[in-house]
Amino acid sequence: MSTKHELLVTAANVKEAEVLLQAGADALLIGDDRFGMRLPGSFSVEETAEVVAVAAKHQARVYVSMNNLMSNELLKELPEYVQALGKIGVHGVEFNDPSVLAAIKEHAPHIQLHWNAEMTSTNYATANYWGTKGASRVVLARELNMDELTEMVPFLKVEAQVQVHGMTNIYHSKRSLVQSYMSHQGRPVEGHLGKERGLFLIEAERRDEKFPIYEDVNGTHIMSSEDICILEDLHLLMEAGVHSFKIEGMLKPLAYNEAVVRAYRIALDSYAADADAYAFCEEWLDEVRQLQDPERELSFGFFYKEQVY
Amino acid sequence: METVAVQRKFSGKRNRLDKPELLAPAGNLEKLKFAIHYGADAVYIGGQAYGLRSNADNFSFEEMREGVEFAKKYGAKVFVATNIYAHNEDIEGIQAYLQNLYDAGIAAIIVADPAIIEVAQRAVPGLEVHLSTQQSTLNWQAVKFWKDEGLPRVVLGRETSFEEIEEIKANVDIEIEAFIHGAMCSSYSGRCVLSNHFTDRDSNRGGCCQSCRWKYDLFEDAREDTVWVSEEEMQMQAPAPFKLGENQLPLFQEQDNSFSMGSKDLCMIGHIPELIDVGVDSFKIEGRMKSIHYVATVVNVYRQAIDSYMADPENYVLKPEWVEEMNKAANRPLNTGFFYDTPDHEDHIYEPEEKAVPFDFAGLVMDYDAATGMATIQQRNHFKPGQEIEFFGPGGHFFKQVVGELQDEEGNVIDAARHPLQRVKMKVDQPVSYFDMMRKKK
Repeated sequence: MSTKHELLVTAANVKEAEVLLQAGADALLIGDDRFGMRLPGSFSVEETAEVVAVAAKHQARVYVSMNNLMSNELLKELPEYVQALGKIGVHGVEFNDPSVLAAIKEHAPHIQLHWNAEMTSTNYATANYWGTKGASRVVLARELNMDELTEMVPFLKVEAQVQVHGMTNIYHSKRSLVQSYMSHQGRPVEGHLGKERGLFLIEAERRDEKFPIYEDVNGTHIMSSEDICILEDLHLLMEAGVHSFKIEGMLKPLAYNEAVVRAYRIALDSYAADADAYAFCEEWLDEVRQLQDPERELSFGFFYKEQVY
Repeated sequence: METVAVQRKFSGKRNRLDKPELLAPAGNLEKLKFAIHYGADAVYIGGQAYGLRSNADNFSFEEMREGVEFAKKYGAKVFVATNIYAHNEDIEGIQAYLQNLYDAGIAAIIVADPAIIEVAQRAVPGLEVHLSTQQSTLNWQAVKFWKDEGLPRVVLGRETSFEEIEEIKANVDIEIEAFIHGAMCSSYSGRCVLSNHFTDRDSNRGGCCQSCRWKYDLFEDAREDTVWVSEEEMQMQAPAPFKLGENQLPLFQEQDNSFSMGSKDLCMIGHIPELIDVGVDSFKIEGRMKSIHYVATVVNVYRQAIDSYMADPENYVLKPEWVEEMNKAANRPLNTGFFYDTPDHEDHIYEPEEKAVPFDFAGLVMDYDAATGMATIQQRNHFKPGQEIEFFGPGGHFFKQVVGELQDEEGNVIDAARHPLQRVKMKVDQPVSYFDMMRKKK
């Protein structure tokens, strides 16, 4: 399958990877949670190799998330991990910390570098700066609006990736904030406070918005209360020249992610077949809407918002 | 590249001779003058663009020039925070702005976004570039990357521990700046868009509305397979009028404090020898939005501690009056951040915050007549005879007294100093100097 646009989705394990490729994904984003952040699942090098093998059957690509903020301690493990990724044929690595850039250039220079600083990838000049350092792609911030995105692409000397579906991270601390709060109450938690606990926050004046919160080896993460869904206006991004469209699958059941991949696949294929005749069809989203968590709104995220400062 | 092993654990033994820089915030021209007069080696300010404090009364180029002139008299430097993450529309004006900063005599800019670094290096090479804490630089390889890019200084992420700083210094020969005092983002700086989500205000362009200090309720979506919920938790009821879905349980009781991400403030006055010994080159105080009283008090204390340790490290002692002074300026409980360990429940603020600082800046000494013991004081807050006040000045000069008879400039006795900036005269118990400050308890 080769269209000029790429449909990228995260996967929690090898089985999911297979199902999502079957559903029409062109590329998968996976990783080891020591080096990557906010992944639906953590993959060992062996599991990553399995995914690479499965993806090869679908002519799909495998990217590995390494966008953590690295500590001195983690630096020691980078060369071995990066070399292993190079050997097993991973296509790209997402990075934020310059130490990862240095490790890839030294130990696996054939792996593509995708710069992903999440909320701080906000302009073309910085993306191009990382391009001169070796990055071939920028993962743009989810807080940019449609005008900013589409105006930026012509100035980019690297490929653009935009998240088009799913939740986003809105806060990351190295601190264990849930554990701290429970300890403060005199009821410290014995077990872990990971994604599977279904913890969420409600802000005093926004009672209908649930913000998922969890802890892992990288600290505390708070996620958006809504899911981005840009399918209706996907053609604007395709026309603008955005190359890769990411579906964030974390904290979602597989069946949901499968339905989302299928929906975007139809849109991309339809656009590739005849861009001029392309028109969004409401029913492409039927299955997604049926499976959507009723407590989480599907929204345009920041695509049509003006922010002030 | 091999990591240079750090053999020596913290012994508190001096292994460094360079005196660190004391770097203070200056929200406006007046605060700049106080910060420098009270002992800052350098100050950082915000200009009218590209900074992260859109609410601070930021400097015009004219004010910058005046600030730089003032600083020169003390041998101090002025830095400008240009620490936003730029958006497309910000790119075009960067070069002209940086040129203006350079022309105004600014010594360095503090930058988060490489887009700004690139322009500075290409177009205004005389302007030093320091990497902002907003880049969350925590490891020596990343520090080395920025050194190789030509940056003379990196401000580390606030998550860096003493041990990590030591390893960074051992591996990279570069100036390291670290926050030693003030308010902290509880998130990795820059990795928080709560403000954007709640109020459409962009935190990374100066619009942060401090949502981390708001109050939240914590719940668990307890699905059937959930085994973590205790009997006690099962009994908890959500406070009215909040409606919860099936199996959604509150993880708090009615009388509990709300969940919050708000952090206590950093204060390293008790650890000056370690900071100097580990080789931190610049000690940074947070707070461009803080008051004159705050800046002067905090700078004054760190100045004394640094000078005292540098003068005689073997006999250095932490003076209790320094700690007392800090507490007079503090508006939140204090801690040591990540220097020793990752903060835990004792390092966060769950109780309702008492915003009030215990002291007010009441007056500024303008003149002193040694013959009569009379001081001329510019009123900065209401005060009147009978009130207990404190005088303090650079270098630890400090005494308490009670306000005696007050006179206006014509020598008429007045019952209180009521008018902002009014000059009044009063007898002082000890000699005072121009720019000494007078504070009173609230």
